[in-house]
Amino acid sequence: MLIKDINQLEEIKMIHAGDQDKQMEGAYIGDLLSIVMSKAEENQLWLTVQAHLNALAVATLVDMAGILFVEGTQVDDATLERAKELNLPLYTTHLSAYEAVKKLIALGI
Amino acid sequence: MIKHYDVLKDDYENAGKVSSDIKRTLKQLGLDTKTLRNVAIAAYEAEINMIIHSLGGDITFELSDEGEVILCFDDIGPGIPNLDLALQPGWSTASAKARELGFGAGMGLVNMKRVANDFHIESSPQGTHLKMRFSS
Repeated sequence: MLIKDINQLEEIKMIHAGDQDKQMEGAYIGDLLSIVMSKAEENQLWLTVQAHLNALAVATLVDMAGILFVEGTQVDDATLERAKELNLPLYTTHLSAYEAVKKLIALGI
Repeated sequence: MIKHYDVLKDDYENAGKVSSDIKRTLKQLGLDTKTLRNVAIAAYEAEINMIIHSLGGDITFELSDEGEVILCFDDIGPGIPNLDLALQPGWSTASAKARELGFGAGMGLVNMKRVANDFHIESSPQGTHLKMRFSS
């Protein structure tokens, strides 16, 4: 599955397109950066409320497919600019991580 | 190959840039995926620790002719008061600001020790010196 496949979920809004042809294999939920850094895997979609520059650094270092900010979390301009530099797909949703994952599983992730 | 980087206290905005550069360099040089991941985890944790806890310092990255990666983190203080406690999983002295950003899980040194082939740390009020080695 490619990350662009989640664009069909109406509850999930794209904030920054980035590399839409990136492979996506599963998801990881977490808000403590050290745990995500050591446990998340390449090409996963990361669900978190940590909408800031440091989250982008972690996602890039792990080579994750993109980030989905849950619970309606919004990003600031600096984070958006960094996402453009990194070509990293960013999404947001008003759903909780649990509800968002249910949608992703229903989609076939 | 040797590279040096300066790290500033509380520079959260640039946190991860050094680790990303090290990872990018090693990826271009064809380092295997597993070692690359281990180096990235350790470099990021140590870089973040330096930003959150130290007064600033520098990072040295070396790739030896034999393919061994050596990372050195040298700061100018204030030192880790109790290294035994700092090496325990879950123990953290991170500030409220750092915790809000998702740091302070108390897993930094634990993660570094786990992924490095060799891990050596010394600390005094004059500074903390950390050296890690990684081999494929």
